[in-house]
Amino acid sequence: MFVNFFHELKSANVPVSLREYLTLLEAMDRKVIEDKVEDFYYLSRSALVKDERNLDKFDRVFSHVFKGLDSLEEGDIAQIPEEWLKSLTEKFLTDEEKAQIEALGGWEKIMEELQKRLDEQEKRHEGGNKWIGTGGTSPFGADGYNPEGVRIGQKEGRHGKAVKVWDKREYKNLDDGVELGTRNIKMALRRLRRFARHGQPTELDLDDTIKSTAHQGYLDIKMVPERKNKINVLIFFDIGGSMDSHIKLCEELFSAARTEFKNMEYFYFHNCLYEYVWKDNKRRHQERMETWDVLHKYPSDYKVIFVGDATMSPYEITYAGGSVEHWNEEPGAIWLERIQQIYESAIWLNPVAERHWEYTPSIQVIEQVFQDRMFPLTLEGLDNAMKELSRAS
Amino acid sequence: MKFEGTKDYVATDDLRIAVNAAITLERPLLIKGEPGTGKTVLAEEMSKALDAELITWHIKSTTKAQQGLYEYDAVSRLRDSQLGDERVNNISNYIERGKLWESFEREKRPVLLIDEIDKADIEFPNDLLLELDRMEFFVYETGETIKAAQRPIVVITSNNEKELPDAFLRRCFFHYINFPDEETMKQIIAVHFPDLKGRLIQEALNVFYEIRDVPGLKKKPSTSELLDWLKLLLVEDISPENLKERDPSKLIPPLHGALLKNEQDVHLFERLAFLARRERN
Repeated sequence: MFVNFFHELKSANVPVSLREYLTLLEAMDRKVIEDKVEDFYYLSRSALVKDERNLDKFDRVFSHVFKGLDSLEEGDIAQIPEEWLKSLTEKFLTDEEKAQIEALGGWEKIMEELQKRLDEQEKRHEGGNKWIGTGGTSPFGADGYNPEGVRIGQKEGRHGKAVKVWDKREYKNLDDGVELGTRNIKMALRRLRRFARHGQPTELDLDDTIKSTAHQGYLDIKMVPERKNKINVLIFFDIGGSMDSHIKLCEELFSAARTEFKNMEYFYFHNCLYEYVWKDNKRRHQERMETWDVLHKYPSDYKVIFVGDATMSPYEITYAGGSVEHWNEEPGAIWLERIQQIYESAIWLNPVAERHWEYTPSIQVIEQVFQDRMFPLTLEGLDNAMKELSRAS
Repeated sequence: MKFEGTKDYVATDDLRIAVNAAITLERPLLIKGEPGTGKTVLAEEMSKALDAELITWHIKSTTKAQQGLYEYDAVSRLRDSQLGDERVNNISNYIERGKLWESFEREKRPVLLIDEIDKADIEFPNDLLLELDRMEFFVYETGETIKAAQRPIVVITSNNEKELPDAFLRRCFFHYINFPDEETMKQIIAVHFPDLKGRLIQEALNVFYEIRDVPGLKKKPSTSELLDWLKLLLVEDISPENLKERDPSKLIPPLHGALLKNEQDVHLFERLAFLARRERN
């Protein structure tokens, strides 16, 4: 039962397990729902999907697997035209014609025939949009009323119906990394947490106190430092030029990082890292800091994140003097490598969609310099980036 | 036992089915959704509708799974032993029952709400796996096994601040409370303000959904905020005409404090209003 559905979900990367599948079957067995397609949709969704990010995928698979399911509702369909047709006949048929119908086996018989034909056609054109009565095969034409009538009945009953719930795809924007909000970013950044007790002992360690008291025979109070997130983060933002189109995303990332990491430092650079960075973009030419000072100031346990589109001329990275703004003594690549030598975990976040990366040579150069630790600035990419950062240390 | 929604709570079909599946199959029900869409209220209404007692366990960042089972109060036992209190001989005097234990003891099937499970440490849900699965646990201090007389109906809410472990998710039914569409919203309003004039509701809803559609809002107003705002509109006796006034310079709706909870969002609206005014001049 529904094994096909289960496999399709699996291959669509909805994480479903056998246990959940059995739960669904159990629920069906225990008659949690009535025999309605919508109810089955709701039940299976609730049993199989455990994360709103997968709801849209689920909807798509459901609509794909149960595409022909409409034909189960034929019972409803046949009832509508019956009444409709009856009233129609009374209006339009002459007494003579009515008698002819009687001769054919009566109204019931004809409706039966109609039902049969409806079934047949349904099967032949499953999922299609051909109506009963087209092509002149309808036995009802001779009976003096318009076969169009059946068409209307069917239209009301079936195709004029509101879109199926699963076809509405309401959860589209909960899917994956398409949409990044501050809250989502915060969630992703939260992966990068390492709690440690560090500093002044200010909290009472109850367990240790009890143990020690029992051991010593007198009240021996033990204190421990407070538990804090000890992650330190250094972020470099590319600013200006081609980054202007990513401003909103970067702002969101910045504000999320600001609240998530207590020890966060940020600096700006343009296109590629050279010997100067700055903290206030308006006063970038007056108040700048030597990159060496930055590298000396922050110890090597800082996690380094670069945010930039890495879109420039490759010369700006690989040649001395390649910078568009000033004469740089050393090529940018040297600076980027220096960073990686000092800081064990350094990554590059790129707001440009990953599928465009291969068309920009400079992105490939930087990706190489960073040994493939460049991640797209989507929820998924951010997740992986944070995993990468917390892995090494 | 079947849940059909209550007179104070509008339950959509999908929510109803998820709830009933969880009740029938005795599995926990995990509820997620935007803040303010009625996750916690659901458990309260379930307890009312099913006439079951509601036991609430609020989770904080410091909450440990063990606290839901029981806690051994070693400090007061230590003190009692120094004072020579009789009670000290029986260790069960110092076992304090947690919410889970409480819910296991009830004669009648209760509703246990584990509120905001994502606030706790990442290991928290895993530590509760076995207890929620088998509905029993072992008390080491006294050597007894506590088993649920009736499997409580467990409702768990999450604000998505942390990912929940897969093993935990597999055991739950899941429901994501979607933001209600306009029709459902009207029903919800009718439940809370039965004598509100139709026109005012329509105008208020228009304003409300317009605000939700403004791009770049930090915190979109949700159902609970809309209800608060309507209450204020009633108290202040704002007329529908007032709301309808689509004067661009008055882009900020009256009593916006109930809808926009963020300074930056209010600024955003003021900026938009300013731009609109400038365009007109």
